[in-house]
Amino acid sequence: MSSINLTIDNMQVQVEPGTTVLQAARQAGIKIPTLCYLEEINEIGACRICLVEVQGARTLQASCVTPVSEGMVVRTNTTQVRQVRKMNLELIMSNHPQECLTCPRSTNCELQQLASELGITEIKFAGEMSSYEPDYSSASLVRDPRKCILCRRCTSVCENVQKVNAIGPQERGFNTIVAPAFLEPLGEVSCVNCGQCALVCPTAAIHEKDQTAEVWKVLADPKKHVVVQTAPAVRVSIGEMFGLQPGSVETGRLVAALRKLGFDRVFDTDFTADLTIMEEGNELLQRIKEGGKLPLVTSCSPGWIKYIEHFYPEMLPHLSTCKSPQQMFGALAKSYYVEQAGIDAADIFVVSIMPCTAKKFEAGRHEMADSGHQDVDVVLTTRELGKMLREAGIEFSALAEEEYDAPLGMSTGAGVIFGSTGGVMEAALRTAYELVTGETLPALDFHAVRGLEGVKEASVNLNGTTLNAVVAHGLGNAMDVLERVKAGHQYHFIEIMCCPGGCIGGGGQPIPTNREVREKRMAGIYNADQGMVIRKSHENPAVQALYKDFLGEPLGHKSHQLLHTHYMPRNRH
Amino acid sequence: MAEALTCDNRLTQEYLDIVDEIIKPYRGQPGNLIQVLHKAQSRVGFLPREVQVKVADGLGVPLTKVYGVVSFYSLFNTLPKGKHKITICAGTACYVRGAKQLINQLKEDMDLEPGGTTEDGMFSLDLVRCIGACGLGPVVTVDDEVHGKVHREKLTKIMAKYKEE
Repeated sequence: MSSINLTIDNMQVQVEPGTTVLQAARQAGIKIPTLCYLEEINEIGACRICLVEVQGARTLQASCVTPVSEGMVVRTNTTQVRQVRKMNLELIMSNHPQECLTCPRSTNCELQQLASELGITEIKFAGEMSSYEPDYSSASLVRDPRKCILCRRCTSVCENVQKVNAIGPQERGFNTIVAPAFLEPLGEVSCVNCGQCALVCPTAAIHEKDQTAEVWKVLADPKKHVVVQTAPAVRVSIGEMFGLQPGSVETGRLVAALRKLGFDRVFDTDFTADLTIMEEGNELLQRIKEGGKLPLVTSCSPGWIKYIEHFYPEMLPHLSTCKSPQQMFGALAKSYYVEQAGIDAADIFVVSIMPCTAKKFEAGRHEMADSGHQDVDVVLTTRELGKMLREAGIEFSALAEEEYDAPLGMSTGAGVIFGSTGGVMEAALRTAYELVTGETLPALDFHAVRGLEGVKEASVNLNGTTLNAVVAHGLGNAMDVLERVKAGHQYHFIEIMCCPGGCIGGGGQPIPTNREVREKRMAGIYNADQGMVIRKSHENPAVQALYKDFLGEPLGHKSHQLLHTHYMPRNRH
Repeated sequence: MAEALTCDNRLTQEYLDIVDEIIKPYRGQPGNLIQVLHKAQSRVGFLPREVQVKVADGLGVPLTKVYGVVSFYSLFNTLPKGKHKITICAGTACYVRGAKQLINQLKEDMDLEPGGTTEDGMFSLDLVRCIGACGLGPVVTVDDEVHGKVHREKLTKIMAKYKEE
């Protein structure tokens, strides 16, 4: 098709048909401010901030929903455009609390930034304010409707990307509120706690439940032995909290920073990621050999677990019984580690640093206490850790790199790629191949399962048997795969991650998290893998020692007691 | 027909079956949401949570969306209405000719507010904006009957008539 010619701010611009004025302007390097707009997810022209003048049009047009046409003449920077944008923002702000100084999103808020960019220097319209109360019912997320500007970004992610529909616009006019049906508490509905809403919220209307105070308290308690584990995806995103590039591999500085904060031991969830491969890989081989329930589906992602419990309870037998790496770590820290270190299990406190809000809910599940205590005590997101480091005055980028503590800090490249979609599958294939064939893998990288495509398939030949694998990330894609299984597709092993991109795009990650940022963090994950001496889980010497000294064998009695779990069907409504 | 609610305020099986019947031809058709809600309300009288859940599951529409529609349109109600439905027109013409006084009168005499139902379940009250009978303002309708040029004494009489029934 031939391209379209238009003029934007006296510049000749040529774009593909179907392009919007906003996209065309961006391609030409012209910035139009936006607020409700989320590329490919929420393009509804609701906030009226991206208004532009289109010659011949009766009124200003919302550039995010106005398609280009041949010969169109657009002006983005006239007095009228600037004044009207400003007025629209002032009207939005008239029902937004002026609490920026104490707001959890202060300095990371799009509304605040926009007010500054559009030159707003006074609160022009003061009047009635929305009076809905904050909702603290969820273990993972806090809803604060007073701060909501009704942009619909959260609801469009929840509806169109995750297909969970936990929240939506309710009521009407001034009383409109983004909430679950019947304005029920978020903690009591089928919200899976993924936090994708919090990632896209321009303000603090939905944000993670802040648990930093609990961690400060135990760090100051000399009687507590406080250990910390870091999820794979945190090392490629924590730098963003300090102005570094997404995907910059900050493993060594992350360890140093945590030690500076006062943790007694700094361990790595990558260790239990390797352990997961040993348990789950053997579970897969056992199910294939003994005619167990197939396909086997991974169980690392707590948002995904809650999703299948609510929406596909009949498919729960497909799930691996393996706990997630976070929970395996907690169970081992309070059994194996305390035994080795000679510490009373009642005196150890386990903190997780996770890219994830759903992990907060997972840690509180009542069945996650196989060590005799709650396996993981507190989960902090990447964002919360960033805040603690700032509060402690730790200059992250000036830190010298340090190493994790042994033994629960030793890991492989297979453990680190858990942080990206396709990583668990690739790590499992590296190990399964060698366990089944008894041969060394010629090439470690399984490119077919990498990248941001929603559903990825691969077939691997294991000693004459073909293993059909499929990888999905984002719950909308997960749903597609489940429907394929129901329709009779023959898969053996399925990896599902709740969040788009996997954990690198988790709901607890630094904001913004968009496609470009996800790609960079993903590249960081594979760089980290390349940089590891050992890149296969079954070659992790600390994991081998764990089996020899404590667990016995994969899927053995002790493993079942500490590392495996069960799931419960939940209602959809 | 029997009462729609059991004594613990749940919809009776009879009414749940009626809702199932209404949904049947629209199974898996999200586009018919408003029509189905309308039919369900006209039979049950209101749209409690259990009806909305049935509609959501039947049509394949998320419950958040069903409730979003029900809470958006003022013609849908989630609480039972009284035996007699009173509407007072609060459009400009009726308003200036005394609609406000009539609203106050129902509040004083029967503790009945717009959107509410009397304790005995006899009357419920809603406001409307213009029913196109401005010449008769202020206009009050009770069920399908229209009363024009209503004033204090006339309203008392109308209420008394329905109370006797």
